[in-house]
Formats: sequence, structure tokens, C-alpha cells
Amino acid sequence: MSEVKYSKEHEWIKLEGDVATIGITKHATEMLGDIVFAELPEKGSNVEKDGTAGVVESTKAASDVYTPVSGEVVDTNQEIVDDPSKINQDPENSAWFFKLKIKDKSEMDSLMNKDDYDKFAKENNT
Amino acid sequence: METKKTSLYQLHQDCNAKFVEFAGYQMPIQYSEGIVEEHKFTRNHSGIFDVSHMGQLFIYGGDELIKDLEKIFPLDLKNLKLNHSKYNFLMDKDAGIQDDLIITKINEGFLIIINAACKDNDFKILKELLNEKYKIVLDENRSLIAIQGPKSSQILNDVIDGVKDLNFMSGNWFLFDKQKVYITRSGYTGEDGFEISIPNNFAEKLTRELINKGSKLAGLGARDTLRLEAGLCLYGHDLDKDKTPVEANLKWAISKERISKGDFIGSDIIIKQLNDGVTKIRVGIKPEGRIIAREKTKIFNQSDVHIGEITSGTFGPSVNGPVAMGYVENKFSKKDTKVFLEIRGKKYAANICSLPFYKKSYVKGVNQ
Repeated sequence: MSEVKYSKEHEWIKLEGDVATIGITKHATEMLGDIVFAELPEKGSNVEKDGTAGVVESTKAASDVYTPVSGEVVDTNQEIVDDPSKINQDPENSAWFFKLKIKDKSEMDSLMNKDDYDKFAKENNT
Repeated sequence: METKKTSLYQLHQDCNAKFVEFAGYQMPIQYSEGIVEEHKFTRNHSGIFDVSHMGQLFIYGGDELIKDLEKIFPLDLKNLKLNHSKYNFLMDKDAGIQDDLIITKINEGFLIIINAACKDNDFKILKELLNEKYKIVLDENRSLIAIQGPKSSQILNDVIDGVKDLNFMSGNWFLFDKQKVYITRSGYTGEDGFEISIPNNFAEKLTRELINKGSKLAGLGARDTLRLEAGLCLYGHDLDKDKTPVEANLKWAISKERISKGDFIGSDIIIKQLNDGVTKIRVGIKPEGRIIAREKTKIFNQSDVHIGEITSGTFGPSVNGPVAMGYVENKFSKKDTKVFLEIRGKKYAANICSLPFYKKSYVKGVNQ
């Protein structure tokens, strides 16, 4: 069974073996509004926990996408680059952003589970 | 200072608006369907915009007022027909733009629609320039509702009979619920549409009737993407005191007859720039690909020399791609000039293009 965890920057992360799939939460898409641009990290590049790993833009503004864990980018979702509106339609499933081969599973420990994240999102509804 | 609310605030709330503070007002940035849907619905059907935060300045007077206003605005006001409107600007002595506005000749004088963020300053400046000779009212008792898009004429005409006979950039008084409303065929979306000046207490009733007839509320977010696709300037971004109408590529709005006289505030600079040219000018900019260039993005030429800045940029839902405007050195302003935009530390290719990005469909009316 793979558990989904959540970051304070509104990313979700699903770990299967040592590969983590990362995207942004439904709550994040609701705050952003219509997403019209997405930029993803390069395949083969290394990203560091809490570092920038992409950008999403709504009609209003640009927002960085952070990675909640460190690792090597092994795959990216070109579909959301070609049609960023997919991120609004299915943010926590088919509109994932990138996959990482992670270095240190313990980085997952500080992340929130679903209940904690839902509570956090409700309290930080800005 | 406490933020103000327009008379449609409750209606916005009922329609699940997301609010943003804009020029001291709580204004709807979008409703539940979102900016892209509101934008497209306006282009294809009809959108309603609460623009009550904008100033409605009434100046009362006759021939002497016309002479005095011509010292301020580079417009041929003595030949402006009753109920006709012109786009123009309030300039300082260096021809810097202090506001852009729409001025309409009404029976008793003029109605000037000014930007929310500028209205108190405009009011002060105009009172001073006119030496308090005329009654001048910044009317807070009236709301301003815009209805825009191809179906708006029929929808508004169903509620207020006769409006569909108005020509573009002209207006008249009509009655709604026994109230005098002043309606002009104008707007700021690049679509056919109307702006309705209506007593505050009746604004919600009118808006609800328009919604019942098939129009939908659209927020400031959609208004911004619509006006940018239409190549229209937003004060405080594309226009400000450091830019003149010639630099802003708005010389079409200056009366030729008035230039020949050269007797309005800022005319020295305007005439000089028209004769000698300008060093910077406003242009349309189309980024290649999907990258969005926001305000303050630096523009470079092919030799990597900094030549200007973006003043407005977003994603255009009808163009289905990024759109931007900005100022570049005049020698790089030719259509199809390749430039580079610095976004998040990287350079992206873009092309200077003509405006608008989206072709207008204004109704000229049957009489023209």
C-alpha cells in the first residue's frame, strides 16, 4: 500500500518503492484559479527538499512548485505542459507533475497525512 | 482606511465571488466558474462587470466650459456632438498621463468616466484647473455596470427598450424602473457592449434582470484578460505619469485640430514628440510558445541589450496563448522584430506584434 502525504506548500507525494510521484493539491488549484502554464524540472536533474521544482501560472500570477523531498527526476508529465487546464480538472491523479527517485525516505516523515493536511488547508485558506 | 463596497457587493457574495482589494474597494476578481470561463462567456455571449469603483465625474456648464476643458484635454470638444463620447487623458505639463478616461457630452455639460485609483486626484486637479467656476460632482450615488459581448445588445434591450439603436461611442438617457439611467455603447473588452450609470439603489435590480435574461457576472480578472487581448491600456501599468500619449501609441486619440493650435496642457511636449519622434513606444508582444511574461519583465534585443519592459502580460483565453504589452526603444518597435524576455533568469523569444491580439467586433450602428 502506498500512502499519500502532503506538504505545507500544497504538494502531494505518493511513494511507491523508491519512486515518488508529486503534484499539487486540489486546494492549491482552487486557490490558484485557472492554470494556464506549467513548467517542470528537467528529466535527469536533481532536486533538493523544499527547493523549486517547477512553476504554475494562472491568468493572475505565477507560483513556484516546490519538491517536498530530494531526489533525481526520473519522469515528468508532458500532458500538463501541453494542456495546463488538466491540472484544474484532475490535480491529485492524472495531472501529476514529476516523479523522483528519492534519496532519503525519512524526508517523508515530516510531511502531513490527509487529515492533517485538510485541517491545515482549511486554516490557511488564503 | 476602510475598504469600500459597491452596491452590488451582496450580489457578488451570493454569486460566490472571490474578492480582492482594488483601489480601496472590495471588488470581485472572479466568480465560481473562473476567469477563463467568464472571459469566454463574455466573448461568445454576454458578461456583466461591476465597474462602480470607477469615478463618474459630472461637470456642468456651457460654451465657456467647453473652452476651459479644451485647455485641459486635447480634444475638439466644441464639435463633440451631444451624447457622443471620446477616449482621452488628463496630462500634466510634461504630457505625462495622470489618468485615461472617457468623456461624453451631455445636455448640461460633460460626464467623464475616470479610473478608481485616480478619481480623487483627478477631481482635485480638475477643480483647480477650472478655478471652481463650474459645478463639478464626483457622483458616489450612482453605480456603473458594464455589459459586454455579442448578446449584450439584445439582453439589455429586453430590459431597457431602445438601447440597441445606440451607436458605438454614443449614449443617451433611458428609464429603468422610473429611474434615469445614462447608457453609452462602449466598454473595455474589445466587444460590443454598454456601460450603464444607474442610481445605487437600483443597480442590483438591473443586474439581476440582466442575469435572468442570460448574461453572467464576470470579475476583474476576466476584464483584465479581455482588455489585454483587445490591446487596451490599464492605467498604473501601461500608462502612468512617466509616459506620454505619443509614447503610449495613443496619438489617434489627440485631435489634429487641437495640435495645430497647441494650446492645451502638455501640448509643447506632444508637438515635439510628434515632430521629432519618441525614444520609447508601447507595442504588443507575443511570446513564442506558452511562456507568460508578466509586468516588469525585462525585454532584450538580439544582441542581449536591455531595450524595454513589459507593462501587462497574461494568458489570453481567446487567443489561447500568452499576450503582453510593453515599452521598447523606438528602433526595435517594428512589427515582427524578434526580442527576448527574461523570465525567472532565462531568456525566451518573443515577437513585436500589432495590436489588438483579438479582433474587435464593435457595432457601428445602422446610421454610419
